[in-house]
Amino acid sequence: MKKRPGALLTLGLAASVGIAQAASAGDPQKGAEVANLCVACHQADGSGMNIAGGESWPRLAGLDANYLAKQLHDIKSGVRQSPTMMPFVAMLDDQKIADVSAYYSQMPATPAKGGEQATDAALKRGQQLAEQGDWSDYIVSCKSCHGPGNHGAGGNFPGIASQHAGYIEAQLKAWKAGTRKNDPQDLMGSIARRMSDDDIHAVAAWLATQSPAAR
Amino acid sequence: MMIQKALRIAVSGALLAVATPLLANDANNDAKIQDYINTLTELGFPAPAEGEMVHIPPTMADLDASDLHPELKKVIRKGYDLFTNTQQLRGEYVFNNMNCSSCHLGEGRMPFSAPIWPAAVTLPGFRGKNGHVNNLEERIAGCFTYSMNGKSPAYGSDTMLAMSAYHQWLASGVEMYPKKKIYGRGFPAPARPAELSYARGEQLYKDNCAVCHAEDGSGLRVNGETVFPAPWGDMSNNWGAGIVRLKTGAGFIKNNMPLGQPNSLTDQEAWDIAYYMDSQERPQDPRYTGNVAETLEKFGPTFHKHSLYGQARESDGKILGDHANTGEKPFLKPDTVRPRTFD
Repeated sequence: MKKRPGALLTLGLAASVGIAQAASAGDPQKGAEVANLCVACHQADGSGMNIAGGESWPRLAGLDANYLAKQLHDIKSGVRQSPTMMPFVAMLDDQKIADVSAYYSQMPATPAKGGEQATDAALKRGQQLAEQGDWSDYIVSCKSCHGPGNHGAGGNFPGIASQHAGYIEAQLKAWKAGTRKNDPQDLMGSIARRMSDDDIHAVAAWLATQSPAAR
Repeated sequence: MMIQKALRIAVSGALLAVATPLLANDANNDAKIQDYINTLTELGFPAPAEGEMVHIPPTMADLDASDLHPELKKVIRKGYDLFTNTQQLRGEYVFNNMNCSSCHLGEGRMPFSAPIWPAAVTLPGFRGKNGHVNNLEERIAGCFTYSMNGKSPAYGSDTMLAMSAYHQWLASGVEMYPKKKIYGRGFPAPARPAELSYARGEQLYKDNCAVCHAEDGSGLRVNGETVFPAPWGDMSNNWGAGIVRLKTGAGFIKNNMPLGQPNSLTDQEAWDIAYYMDSQERPQDPRYTGNVAETLEKFGPTFHKHSLYGQARESDGKILGDHANTGEKPFLKPDTVRPRTFD
């Protein structure tokens, strides 16, 4: 089924305009226009795209508005490095960042790709890391910050269930290598540095196989 | 500074990734224990002192691989489930946002995070807190009474049996009443600094803790589940919980927080944060007599001499614990809080 952003917007506004605007002071209706810059990669429904062997484009639909806005600000200021995003964020002022973040936050989360080829053993390990962690290596579970079902917790801990495996894997590796460090207080970095590449692959694959959040 | 320190910690070596229910020989065991200790010392924990006992509690993967009776495995799994999702007892036995695993990290297995298996091999034993001999069930009841601001599941009930079974199974292979001191037992605290500061603690809390636990100490719940527990307020542990003792709070913070970065705060920082947190309100101590000064006099020598209960708060002079608020809990004292004598 094809969904038109206009129709989505109307539904989203009816449901949660008060909350989203209070949180980010963004106007999702204006954000829809800003999003014309984003759709080529992040798609009209905000689903992004998993690109095996390339740079995956993350799902934005349904992510917390404050989280999205922070990432855009961080990319713009260079705190978070993303050469791909740089030319686009350069066109966004603070208001446009708030608006487009509000717009994507109101979209329903979409399914992810990239976990289809993972082995059963990898998926099992991935589920363990996501839900229980591995305290023998002091790897705390994803869920302990990213919330129930790993669907996100507040404005600092984004939903990671049903995010593309290629994106999650690349980000965890960036934290491990120290090329991404815009998390609060090194909370993600300190865990990522304890994870093997196999663990990173496993947890990314498992998260991608999870159903989108019911928001 | 904390981040720099965390960056310097290079944790190596996967261990215990594969279930090994029975050790082939002593050499294998020694190597496994050395590996375990290495991981902990790389995280900044002390190595075992001479003569201390090191026990590696089994994991749930070990349980799956074991040859225990399937019914027993089911009960132990139920105990694990209750321990890590204690909120399933909300409104019945639990009246705040805590899970057992909120304080006992690593599913009750982590050394220096009050691992729970020592209770299974040192009880029945005398407890200074209530002045009589407690068994494992009464010890668990204590956590429900104070840390969960609730009341205990009935002694001998299915819930209590499952939780006890999980504790005892974690102690698998350890002798009863061990003579040796147990490595990593409790929340060992660094030495108390000469002076503690509310103002420094407040700033440190804002800088290091509030991103998860909120500036007002309410923590964070999502869809009715606790993500980050409340360090104070109605949804936190009450004034009778062990962690309101400053040394226990400081030990917990130093050894476990921020999550994933044990030993990243200085001793002074951990104590100042504990001091600030203990200066905030929380539900009344179930042993409250109706008068805070009287309660302090009665339970000071065995407990509150280590907390700020009944004292004037440094910031505004307010007497802490001078109220009859029991939070969400519709009673003050569960009937399991009673003396025992064997006369």
